[in-house]
Amino acid sequence: MTEYFLLFLSAAIVNNFVLSRYLGLCIFFGVSKNFHASSSMGLAIISIITMSSMLTWVIEYFILQPLGLYFLRMIVFVVVIAVFVQLLEMVIKKFMPTLYNIWGIYLLLVATNCVILGVPIINSEEHFNFIKSTVNALGSGTGFAIALILFASLREKLQFSDVPKSLEGLGIAFILAGMLALAFQGFSGMIPL
Amino acid sequence: MNLWKEFTKGLIVENPIFRLALSLCPALAVTSNVYNALGMGLTVMFVITCNNMSVSFFRNVIHPKVRVPVYIISIATIVTVAMLVLEAFLPVLFKELGIYLSLVVVFAIILARAEVFAAKNKFIPAMVDGLGMGAGFTIGMVTIGGIREIIGNGSFFGYQLLGSWYHPPLIVVLAPGGFIVIGFIIGALNLSEKRKKEKMEKAAATAGGNI
Repeated sequence: MTEYFLLFLSAAIVNNFVLSRYLGLCIFFGVSKNFHASSSMGLAIISIITMSSMLTWVIEYFILQPLGLYFLRMIVFVVVIAVFVQLLEMVIKKFMPTLYNIWGIYLLLVATNCVILGVPIINSEEHFNFIKSTVNALGSGTGFAIALILFASLREKLQFSDVPKSLEGLGIAFILAGMLALAFQGFSGMIPL
Repeated sequence: MNLWKEFTKGLIVENPIFRLALSLCPALAVTSNVYNALGMGLTVMFVITCNNMSVSFFRNVIHPKVRVPVYIISIATIVTVAMLVLEAFLPVLFKELGIYLSLVVVFAIILARAEVFAAKNKFIPAMVDGLGMGAGFTIGMVTIGGIREIIGNGSFFGYQLLGSWYHPPLIVVLAPGGFIVIGFIIGALNLSEKRKKEKMEKAAATAGGNI
């Protein structure tokens, strides 16, 4: 039990996806302009990451490995995740229209994204078992959501401050993300793996 | 002459990293030294060129409705080839680039060039466009890598540049430094663009005054 908890903490905070592994920056800078959008994006990411890493684990261990097709995993993962997200979008649109109104666009945005593809690759490189890879996915998604929501709140405050003209927009956003990463750097080395 | 224009537009005017702000993940992750940055840049150049060639070659066969999945599969195949080659011949670099090498598959810039340029143009211009964009990407990567390696380690391409009097701030090589360096580079580019615009306006104003 402790092992899984440590894995979760390590994926969520110590090796935070955005701030120490630099993945998912497009979403991180794109959707962090207001708090509400970023919190629903965070939820979408957590659920899709978890489901798609379970799916890719099953495919890897029951199809790719017995057939000796390990080297094809990139191609298979990308296609499977893209198809899965499309299907999920259709199902939600049909059966949960209110949820679709909140989530719809975010689902398609994350379909081919480095966060979603990154977790299955890490799982497969570390040879995690099913529960471990699910916990890792859940932790990584939570870490991404935490970073995204923190950053969105910071950027909302930033709108009222006086920034040098040439740093406005993306420039100051990057420097701010650097400061946030500096804070998260304090966690590094806390959990030896 | 026209081909030359296709090549050079990717270098500065439409530089994928600084101008279009695309594919920033690798620009931060593997630029802590110049060697890794160069390796990543050349890999992306190879993938983008091959993908542009294949998309352009089959552009009349691919049905428009399924084009994006086809492009993604094509990119994933080329990346797998590139990974196998790197693993065989440059295993150290392969290990350093790690997961970011696999994630070349989802770089926005590669899919964007296939969609915007290669799907509508002939074979040779598509190839040249890929080469130019790849070269622009490599230039961006090496610039960021150079700045970070010189400030954060006092060396360039592994050679010690600054003497022992220099105590490098390690933070520039670590995660936070990457973000901050890119922030300042974007700021500097904005500033130079503003200066250029002001100069041109001034020139236009004086020319108008003379007439």
